[in-house]
Amino acid sequence: MREIQASDITETVSRLCKEANFMLGEDVYAAIESGIAREESPIGREILGELLENAQIARTERVPMCQDTGFAVVFLEIGQDVHIAGGYLEDAVNAGVAQGYDEGFLRKSIVCHPLDRVNTGDNTPAVIHTKMVPGEKIRIVVAPKGGGSENMSAVRMLKPSDGMDGVADFVLETVKKAGPNPCPPIIVGVGMGGTMEIAAFLAKKSLLREVGSRNRNPEDAELESKLLHMINKTGIGPAGLGGRVTALAVNIEAYPCHIASLPVAVNIQCHAARHREAVL
Amino acid sequence: MTEIIKIETPLSDEDARSLRAGDRIYLSGVIYTGRDAAHKRLTGLLQEGRPLPIDIEGQVIYYVGPAPASAGRVIGSAGPTTSGRMDAYAPALIALGLKGMVGKGVRSDAVKDAMREYGAVYFGATGGAGALLARRIKSCRVVAYEDLGPEAIHRLEVVDFPLVVVNDSAGGDLYRDAVEVYGRM
Repeated sequence: MREIQASDITETVSRLCKEANFMLGEDVYAAIESGIAREESPIGREILGELLENAQIARTERVPMCQDTGFAVVFLEIGQDVHIAGGYLEDAVNAGVAQGYDEGFLRKSIVCHPLDRVNTGDNTPAVIHTKMVPGEKIRIVVAPKGGGSENMSAVRMLKPSDGMDGVADFVLETVKKAGPNPCPPIIVGVGMGGTMEIAAFLAKKSLLREVGSRNRNPEDAELESKLLHMINKTGIGPAGLGGRVTALAVNIEAYPCHIASLPVAVNIQCHAARHREAVL
Repeated sequence: MTEIIKIETPLSDEDARSLRAGDRIYLSGVIYTGRDAAHKRLTGLLQEGRPLPIDIEGQVIYYVGPAPASAGRVIGSAGPTTSGRMDAYAPALIALGLKGMVGKGVRSDAVKDAMREYGAVYFGATGGAGALLARRIKSCRVVAYEDLGPEAIHRLEVVDFPLVVVNDSAGGDLYRDAVEVYGRM
């Protein structure tokens, strides 16, 4: 049994909130750079160049790359031989979010109730996904998620007979419907299988994968490539102003499902695919 | 590269009607921020027949909820939010003389119709480039609804704020044209 202080969790979450918002991942940066090389649209190339310049400013001046500094989505993998001392886990995470958003001059974008819509003032509560794993460490991933791209996401319960073509049609339909709204170039997270909420969870989790990585299942990896190709033929382009680079990646994650079901979720992510992690 | 047209606020009817989808713009002068919650309040005032906290005539509204300014800065990151959420409120403001809107993403037919009828223009700013765009903002102060935090109405002074005309007052639509050109190739 190893003891980890709740205050260490708070400090770590606070730091990760700031880093995630200030520092665009190297994988995304490289994907945009290679996008400039193949973008046919002149304004599309300009937009991609602006996103790189924006990322450099954010990183060097420690300001958020986007004013929408997101809903703090926090993934926790907790070793089952860990004892958390000095406080309750969720309180420790939320205190870290409040501290990070305050210290980092990040925007507070969370309202108390979907209909009353009064701002909570400190960007809490976080969305927390907790998984118990073997061992005596805690892995923390902070993934601030912007509202503009989240709003373009969708879940649909397909029929098993819809198969791979049905999944591809739904993903493409969702991306086309989103058009310029989610600030393309986008990263498309796809969750297949499980129940309705697991499909949505997998779609979100797939966004944590490195841009350019492939699903380990060769068939799913092939579907990722096929979908990326189809999405980049829509013509939506950077900022929706026309072009080839509509998406930087399609990441699929799958899970077993019921004999009657084929749940599919599409989680759209803008280029600011923010996620930073630490292990305690 | 297309020539960049420099314009200053407030916009006249002629300014707004002369711009065409695809035009590249550097906008300078005073603009106002406003997003969901502020628009809801403005519309509430209009429905009650009460005056608005800002004079909307000839003005440009930037759909943005800026990040807070850290020490020594005018404003935090300040890129556009998705304009479609303001579609329910925009036609009434356009009818009152609003000449420009800055945001990202598609507008409804009702908004485009109002733009044609009253002569207004919808500009796109680069979504996701909030740190870069903030450099063109020279002053910022809250002029209404401070309790809304990032959703308050801020008065911004901008210099050469980079925009592209997405929808013009003659029915031009850059998003539609873009997909027609690049979606076919």
